Amino acid sequence: MPTTTIDGRPVHVDAEGFLTDLQEWSEPLARALATLIGLELTDEHLRIVRLARDDFAAQGESPTLRRMSSVAEVPIKTLFTLFPQKPAKKIAYVAGLPKPRGCI
Amino acid sequence: MKKLLVLGAGTAGTIIANKLRKRLSRGDWSITVVDRDTSHVYQPGFLFVPFAQSSPDLYRSRRQTLDDDVELIIGQIDEIRPKDHQVDLAGDRTLDYDYVVIATGTSPRPEETPGMLGPEWRSSIFDFFTFEGAVALRQALRSFDRGRLVVHIAEMPIKCPVAPLEFAFLTEAWLRERGIRDRVEIAYVTPQPGAFTRPVASKRLGQMLDERKIALETDFAIERIDNDTKTLVSYDEREVPFDLLVTVPVNMGADFVGRSGLGDELNYVRVDRHTLRSKTYDGVFAVGDANDIPTSKAGSVAHYSAEVFVENFLQIAAGQSPTHQFDGHANCFIETGDNKALLIDFNYDTEPLPGKYPLPVVGPLDLLKESRANHAGKLAFRWMYWNVLLPGRPLPLPNHMSMVGKTTVTEED
Repeated sequence: MPTTTIDGRPVHVDAEGFLTDLQEWSEPLARALATLIGLELTDEHLRIVRLARDDFAAQGESPTLRRMSSVAEVPIKTLFTLFPQKPAKKIAYVAGLPKPRGCI
Repeated sequence: MKKLLVLGAGTAGTIIANKLRKRLSRGDWSITVVDRDTSHVYQPGFLFVPFAQSSPDLYRSRRQTLDDDVELIIGQIDEIRPKDHQVDLAGDRTLDYDYVVIATGTSPRPEETPGMLGPEWRSSIFDFFTFEGAVALRQALRSFDRGRLVVHIAEMPIKCPVAPLEFAFLTEAWLRERGIRDRVEIAYVTPQPGAFTRPVASKRLGQMLDERKIALETDFAIERIDNDTKTLVSYDEREVPFDLLVTVPVNMGADFVGRSGLGDELNYVRVDRHTLRSKTYDGVFAVGDANDIPTSKAGSVAHYSAEVFVENFLQIAAGQSPTHQFDGHANCFIETGDNKALLIDFNYDTEPLPGKYPLPVVGPLDLLKESRANHAGKLAFRWMYWNVLLPGRPLPLPNHMSMVGKTTVTEED
């Protein structure tokens, strides 16, 4: 597993930059990850990211867009506004979760 | 007398009931199957309906496909109450069980997408995952001779994820045969990042769309369909206009799964992916499209996983711990037009790769490569389905995937 330095700390990531160790995540790291994809985190971003982590802990996989919308009780449209273009992927990235599996 | 209850007499439910009836003692076990209607449909046949003159051998009576010693109840399932080991049917009927298998599949839900069921539904918007939709599309295609044809997937997962690709390939070939290919633009619009999910197959199938001049629009998460302008609109505000739209609506599992608290947000039963046992209740299993395992929703998966379930259930019935593990094995024929097809074979851990099937190296079928033999295989499968698969007779195909003779290629190749 490659290691990279984000926000002055070494973290383990996969080939696409998704964190591979859940424990390495922290809120400051989330802010740093968000900056790397051009996002500035608001409280609403952070609320959604935390819910995504909770859901991963319960279900064992990164939430899909539909799942995220239902768990966070926000319309899908809002997720697109907060995390433009690829919300499920960006939420997982900032939350330090694996890239959502493409449904098969 | 112990009771096994199977909900749904589709591919998985029928195979399970018939196989277990042969192998469980008739004195010790009763097997009851519940379905909402009396006809078993050969769903892969729907793909050909829009292009064919007739549609033979699509339906058989469920009673006829089930062993005589399997009880069949026609009724609507209201709720499973796993703590009570009971299932409520509409009309105040309650069935007791020792074990229940949910095999009620998945179905298209056009109402989930705003505008899909608007004034253009079955006028310029069609689906082919229902018989009525496929027949209506046949009429529409016959009078379609110019314009923009869009093949669309609303959301994953869908039943038979290769079917919309097959539809695009068949349409392209059909327009060429009629000599009007140059008057029709074709676009393939998908919520996925490519033509298919797994990298090697996605690249190969993407190339095949490209060779056929079918435009590919990826990562398209549909928000609504505008009926006035005949346009698909995505959440990120992209617009795709159409003259004829062939869509695969959102697919969802049965509503009673949601009502019973057993499902995810699409009503798929949460199960262990190797044993198909509910993550919450030991007496509940879900096999086939009805569960949430991370592989294709396909007849081949229903079949292979049903076989693994049967072996495990026999151990459970004998008071042992189940030892068999499903590996996510799927294989799918992909019709590519001009009487050719391609075959893919994959599981949880290994993506579709080139090679031979069913015998490694020998074949005779080619994997991930177009051939006439694959097309013949797809057509012959219908007979196998009715006469070998559903009755639970042994099929000379491995339940678990083989890696022998397969070429491992990378995305860059």
